[in-house]
Amino acid sequence: MTLKLQIDPIACTGHGLCADLLPELIELDEWGFPILAGSVPPALAAHARRAVNACPTLALRLARTRTQHELRTRHQRFFEIRGDRWARWAST
Amino acid sequence: MSHAYEQLTPGRRRAGLAARLTLGWQQADRAATLREHSGRFGPLRQQADGKRDLLDEVAAAGLTGRGGAGFPTATKMRAVAVGRGPAVVVANGMESEPASEKDQALLARAPHLVLDGISAAAEAVGAAEAHLCLPGTRDWLVDCVLAAVAERQQAGLDRIAVAVHELPQHYVSSEETSLVHWLNGGEAKPTTTPPRPFERGVGKRPTLIDNVETLAHLALIARYGAAWFREAGTRDASGTMLTTVTGAVSRPGVYEVEAGISVGDVLALAGPQAGAEAVLVGGYFGTWHDIAGIAERPFTAAGLRQADASPGAGVLFVLPAQACGLAEAARIMRYLASQGAQQCGPCMFGLPAVADDLAQLAAGRPDGDPLSRMQRRFGVIAGRGACRHPDGAVRMAASAVRTFGADAHAHARRRPCLSAQRGRQQTALLPVPRPFAEGDWR
Repeated sequence: MTLKLQIDPIACTGHGLCADLLPELIELDEWGFPILAGSVPPALAAHARRAVNACPTLALRLARTRTQHELRTRHQRFFEIRGDRWARWAST
Repeated sequence: MSHAYEQLTPGRRRAGLAARLTLGWQQADRAATLREHSGRFGPLRQQADGKRDLLDEVAAAGLTGRGGAGFPTATKMRAVAVGRGPAVVVANGMESEPASEKDQALLARAPHLVLDGISAAAEAVGAAEAHLCLPGTRDWLVDCVLAAVAERQQAGLDRIAVAVHELPQHYVSSEETSLVHWLNGGEAKPTTTPPRPFERGVGKRPTLIDNVETLAHLALIARYGAAWFREAGTRDASGTMLTTVTGAVSRPGVYEVEAGISVGDVLALAGPQAGAEAVLVGGYFGTWHDIAGIAERPFTAAGLRQADASPGAGVLFVLPAQACGLAEAARIMRYLASQGAQQCGPCMFGLPAVADDLAQLAAGRPDGDPLSRMQRRFGVIAGRGACRHPDGAVRMAASAVRTFGADAHAHARRRPCLSAQRGRQQTALLPVPRPFAEGDWR
């Protein structure tokens, strides 16, 4: 799973709190509006969430994106775990 | 600016010119009446192959949007047709691009062709209502279209009556989300996407928004079919297109040309001034180029992509030999900066900043290093607005710096520009309309 920062440019009024809280991924342009790094590394996920929650205009969002490979793997794991349980149900 | 609307008669046919949408314009200093229109094109329901429905026909014709983005029309129609609930059709006749006149020309002379297109599109996507959006600044055009709508109502021609609206005209008001926002009772400003209008538009229903020229082509495809449509144009750019050629040309105006003819051929129709070197391709969101470098390329999206250009709404503006390209670019940039919706920070502050940089450069009074400042700002501004307004404006400014590079460097070193050195006077040329009314978006 990849976390990605997204912004609603209409809602954003350039308070700049996000850049204070997450300077690793957000810098401000010369007019005080945030420039976002694309994806959020897992180590910074908690900080990113904090920045999202701090936004006074709720303009910053954290979107979850999964690659096709990740989706497939999740699907498989689901069947690995549930699969034999279902097999057991079937046999009882 | 007086414009000769080019017409075609077999005797006067010039290479590349075509007469489909413009058929019969030679007699016209007014709109075609319904009777004239039917005489010219025949009744609407007259498909070449009755078994195929209009969506397949449009897909086979390869019709693309003529408003600037060039999106495949059939794809958009399908998305709306499969959407939940009855759809809405919106015809976009805003034409807020100041260098373009083709939509006005079309609506003023062949309103019934556009209204036919709206009717056919509404039928094809199962729409329950249809709207036609026009700029409130052109009341003569509104009157003309309203007269045509009344004529059709009297004749009992359309299943759904087209509602004609007058919107405030700002550059970004013709953006499709602006139209939806306005029709839903809001201001004519772009909104955040998704949802795109084809998912959830007017009244939260799937909404098909097409440029009026696109709909006029659609009306002809509904009559004569895809094979006929493809008789003009090339394989990846089919049919004909309306173009507006202005600037330093002897016959400025609206020309209907076969898609796929070269930029040079389109320019030749209008007779460019001898000695003119640069052209603005695609309008105010377009790009500046040396005529020599781009003349051979086809005037299509695919043909111009390699040159980082696009035909936009079919606009070519030839820069006169005596004019300074940087000064023109600075004026356009100032205009575009003022025309934003003032919603997104990077656009609200970034565009005026770039306009200042360009103006300093053009005036030969640089404060610091406007060239490198601009290069940095170009990279930062694009892609950070809700709509594509900042992207287009920055693209135009960047192409000006690229194309008039020699001038730009001379200006930056506080020397007069090359065209000024040649001892010619500088004139402001591109039309920059006065704002509709400051702050009036509803």
